[in-house]
Amino acid sequence: MRQLTAYQTFRLVIWMAIASAIAFALMTSARSPLLQWRDPIYQLASFAGIGALVLMIFQPLSAVGFVPGFSQRAGRRIHFFLGVAVVALVIVHVGALWVTSPPDVIDALLFVSPTQFSIWGVGAMWAIFGAALVTILRRSLSFRYRTWSRLHVALVSVAVAGTVVHIALIDGLIETVAKIAICVVVVGTLLVSLVRRRRRT
Amino acid sequence: MKNPVLSRRHMLAAAGGIVVASSSRLTVPAQAAGLAPTRTMRGGANNYRPGAPIVDRIGGGGFTMTGRVRRAGDGMLLSGQRIQMWAHTTEGHERDADSHGATLTDANGEFTMDMPQIVPAFGQAHGHLAYDSGEFKTVFLRPVMASSRDTSLHVEFVLEPA
Repeated sequence: MRQLTAYQTFRLVIWMAIASAIAFALMTSARSPLLQWRDPIYQLASFAGIGALVLMIFQPLSAVGFVPGFSQRAGRRIHFFLGVAVVALVIVHVGALWVTSPPDVIDALLFVSPTQFSIWGVGAMWAIFGAALVTILRRSLSFRYRTWSRLHVALVSVAVAGTVVHIALIDGLIETVAKIAICVVVVGTLLVSLVRRRRRT
Repeated sequence: MKNPVLSRRHMLAAAGGIVVASSSRLTVPAQAAGLAPTRTMRGGANNYRPGAPIVDRIGGGGFTMTGRVRRAGDGMLLSGQRIQMWAHTTEGHERDADSHGATLTDANGEFTMDMPQIVPAFGQAHGHLAYDSGEFKTVFLRPVMASSRDTSLHVEFVLEPA
C-alpha cells in the first residue's frame, strides 16, 4: 500500500470529520420526532434549509480548489453550480415555510418576528442573495476582480455567521450535538478557505 | 466655610438614592395606578381565527393550558371571560381549525384547557392565546415553553377596559 504523507493523512482526517458531521446532522434530522407532526410541505422546508447548510460547507472549499480529485478550474464550476443550488434551496426553504404559516414568514421577512433566529436567518438569506447578485452583475457593473472578490467574500461571511446563529437558536430537526458539529464545520471550512485565499493573493 | 445643608456627602447620598430608586423600580409611574395591563406579544395573533368555538377540550388533550384573567388597575379577578387558544400540537398545525378552541374563566378568574401536546414549530415550542370579546381591549399572547417537554403552560391576562 502506498504510504501517505503527513499532509495527505491530515487532509484525509479532515475530510472524514466533515463527512461525519454531515452524516450525523442528516441522520439525526431524518430521525427527528418532530417530523411526524409536520406536513410534507413543512418537512420540505426543513430539509431544504438543512440541504443549503450542508452545501455551504463545500462552497468555500470549492472556491479555493480544496475539493479532492478536481482541478482548480473544475472546482470553480462546482462552486458555481453549488451556489445556484444554495440560492434555490433557500428560496424553497422560505417559500415552503410561507405555505406552512404565512404570518410567521411575513414577520420574519419584515424583521418583526418574536424569534431572534428568524432575524438571523433572513439576514443570512439576503447575504446569500447578495453574494449571488454581485456575481451575476460582475460583468455588467464592470467590477474589478478584486472588488468583486472582496464583496463576495464579505457577503458569504455574513451569510455563514447568520446561518450559524439561526441554527444554534432554533429548536428544530437537527439534534444538539450534531448541530454544534456541523456549525463548527461550516465556520471552520470558511476560515480555512479564507486563510488559503489570503496566502494566494 | 462648610455648607451644612449641601455637603458633598449629602450630594453623593442623594445621587446614590436616585440611582437605587430608579433601578429598583421604587418609582414606576405606570404602576402607580395599580396593576399594568398585559401587552400583546409580537406574533401573538399569527394564525388567529376569530370566533373559535367554546369546547371542553381541544382534540384528545394531554397538555394543560392554564391562566388567570384580572382587570388592570385594581387587579379584580374577571369571571366569565372568553379566552381562545391555538398551537402547533401533535394533532395539527396552528392554521388548522381543529387546533383552535376557547373556554371561559371561572369565578376565580381562572381557566384550564386540556389540549394536545404542544410541539416545537417555527423553531420554538409555543402557544397562542387571545382575549377578543370587546369589553376589554384585545390582547394576543405568544408564551414560549421553557422546555419542549413541558406538559403545561400558564399565562396571565391583565385586561384594560376598551
